[in-house]
Amino acid sequence: MKEVVVLSGKGGTGKTSLVASFAALAQSKVLVDCDVDAADLYLLLKPQVTEENEFWSGQIAFIDKKVCTECGLCQEMCRFGAIKDYFVDKISCEGCGLCSQICPVNAIIMQSCMAGHWFISETSYGTLIHAKLGITEESSGKLVTLVRNSARLVAEEGKFDYIISDGPPGIGCPVIASLSGANLALLVIEPTLSGIHDLERVIGVCRHFGIPILVCINKYDINEENSYRIEDYCHNNDIEVAVKIPFDNVVTEAIVEGLPVVEYSDGKVTQQVRELWKIVSVKLNN
Amino acid sequence: MIISVASGKGGTGKTLVAVNLALTLSDVYRVQLLDCDVEEPDAHIFLHLATNRSEAVVIPVPRIDETKCTYCGRCAEVCVYNAIAVLKGKVLVFPELCHGCGACSYLCPESAISEEGREIGVVETGDSGNMEFIQGRLAIGEPMAPPIIREVKKHIDRVREVIIDVPPGTSCPVVEAVKSSDFCLLVTEPTPFGLNDLSLAVELVRKLQIPCGVIINRSGVGDEKVEQYCQEQGIPILLKIPLDRNIATLYSKGIPLIAGMPEWRGVFVTLFQNIKQIDSASRVVK
Repeated sequence: MKEVVVLSGKGGTGKTSLVASFAALAQSKVLVDCDVDAADLYLLLKPQVTEENEFWSGQIAFIDKKVCTECGLCQEMCRFGAIKDYFVDKISCEGCGLCSQICPVNAIIMQSCMAGHWFISETSYGTLIHAKLGITEESSGKLVTLVRNSARLVAEEGKFDYIISDGPPGIGCPVIASLSGANLALLVIEPTLSGIHDLERVIGVCRHFGIPILVCINKYDINEENSYRIEDYCHNNDIEVAVKIPFDNVVTEAIVEGLPVVEYSDGKVTQQVRELWKIVSVKLNN
Repeated sequence: MIISVASGKGGTGKTLVAVNLALTLSDVYRVQLLDCDVEEPDAHIFLHLATNRSEAVVIPVPRIDETKCTYCGRCAEVCVYNAIAVLKGKVLVFPELCHGCGACSYLCPESAISEEGREIGVVETGDSGNMEFIQGRLAIGEPMAPPIIREVKKHIDRVREVIIDVPPGTSCPVVEAVKSSDFCLLVTEPTPFGLNDLSLAVELVRKLQIPCGVIINRSGVGDEKVEQYCQEQGIPILLKIPLDRNIATLYSKGIPLIAGMPEWRGVFVTLFQNIKQIDSASRVVK
């Protein structure tokens, strides 16, 4: 069983459209949406939820007003500025528990909080593991790890060949959680200066964790000069550019229709995406 | 006033809006532009401005004095982030898991734990004319963006007009970047992905009780559902930016829209006036 995670650094470069198309092209696979705070893959794969689970993450401090003597020690010691006027700001509290440990009258208790849900679903393309982190919640990395572990179990049980995972934007905690131990990172890049800048940073993260990299340039004809720069950069850094996908409004049309683009159109975009999946599956099996 | 530019979905045009609004305002006002997308900071690409000051962002992590340590295990017990493990005759510290809460050092019965700074990124600043620019950069391989965002926001000068470029998503880095702003601009695109992530972002700003308005980018592609949603929810649509090859090309080259197409300057002036009006109206209600 081999796992590919689709990343980009910069958001909105086409990760989800690609993963949905891979879902339609790959034979034996489990799908995962690791973008747990703005999950969109379900909009194209239309899952039927078969199992819904609560996600309990850390804790939040609660001050019992009846016991509190307003000594102010907790406010003084909280490194996150989460306690003001003997009230805990739930959004700022990082659940470290220091306040509750040091309160001289034991007025502070730590309460567990439910920070979201995660789901095992069936789609017409196979099983999808996805999640919804509560708005403003922390611990997105933990939730990503949870959905990935669940996908591994499903893949092992069903003897599936591939795990195809839609990654979050950025390079921080949820990206690191999506990436560790994957067999391949497919980086989807647009030929803009921002895209190139972000590509360099996400390559840095993949290398830091020792994950093999494959690059795909999306909308390459928006700025062909920049596309050459990306190819040069990748060449100089021993990274393969698998395909270059042209700009075509069919990608947006397919999203509006709620379909993977390879099931909506048979044009150049679809040809390139088919080619890309071929290259990805070969890489995964090497 | 402080205006944050957020979106839920990545790649919708937050940086485009933040940069052009800040540049337009800097004709008349003293402005600060804060790039709080510290995982992938891109605003600098559009500014011809050298950052000339750089400060390291450090978080305190524990250092164990093994001559005092009795391996009692109290530190590991109080650390909710599992950043310390105590074995027989050995203490292991995992610095990248540490949130710097200070519980271990405060609660160690032998006073064997001191704290040392660990660099997780930098904050860089520079000026040009009326504009002060401040950006945070998370170091490659580091998971935690919020401490860097907090350091960027310490530079806020309330006397100026402050524009904040926010990272994508709806979890802790977004909350950190958006909170305490007077108004939040939500940039989206008219597709099912854009709508899904916009509705999450709206939930977030409502939870933080920050007034908001919507900007629809790449207007003309996709469908009408974002507009319907805004009408139903009573959220003003403050600007539509059409899908235009010229705009995309300028963006790809790192040229600000108002530099390449000066007619847009007036549009951003009007945008700011409209935000001001909503802001003063909401203050009257309060």
